[in-house]
Amino acid sequence: MARYHSPAIKRYSRRLGGFITLYVALVFAMGWLFRHAPPAAPWNVLLAILPALPVLGIVWTVMRLLVEEPDEFWRMLFVRQALIATGFCLTVMTIWDFLQNYNIVAPGQHGFGAAFFWFMGLGVGAIWNAITLWRSEKA
Amino acid sequence: MNNRLRVLRAEKGWSQQDLAQRLEVSRQSVNAIETGRYDPSLPLAFRIADLFGLPIEAIFLRDA
Repeated sequence: MARYHSPAIKRYSRRLGGFITLYVALVFAMGWLFRHAPPAAPWNVLLAILPALPVLGIVWTVMRLLVEEPDEFWRMLFVRQALIATGFCLTVMTIWDFLQNYNIVAPGQHGFGAAFFWFMGLGVGAIWNAITLWRSEKA
Repeated sequence: MNNRLRVLRAEKGWSQQDLAQRLEVSRQSVNAIETGRYDPSLPLAFRIADLFGLPIEAIFLRDA
């Protein structure tokens, strides 16, 4: 089965790679900075937010793919993938909230924010799409 | 929604890739439409109809 690589997917891959690289660099840089030379207010707030910006960039990258992909079948698959990711994220966060409400798990998310679970959900959606394509090829 | 796309394509002697190139869509799109797993938008349905020189209702059939 030949893989599908539209110009929109190539742009998505480039943007994704760039934002992930930036995210990793900022996480390590801010981690080092806050351990060795903690900045004072208000800079501490601004610098702490910096690693979150590439995460927003990744969300923007996914949304741009939905806008730029010209093939309507693949666009439908990508929209479904994003919806599965949203459902997965809301499910995990809601269950986690109630576990916290009844003191079954410790408060906080141990560094795993909603975006982390949304990205995991994108993976689940990608698996679902792969199954759809496989079943279509077998039919 | 049922359709006669696979039969019409076979009559022309085209592969799924041939048809996909003529319609400017992916081969997977053609496969998904032929197998009834995806119903095309109205603009794409018109492009398919124009390519085969048939009305839409001669290609796409109402569910029984």
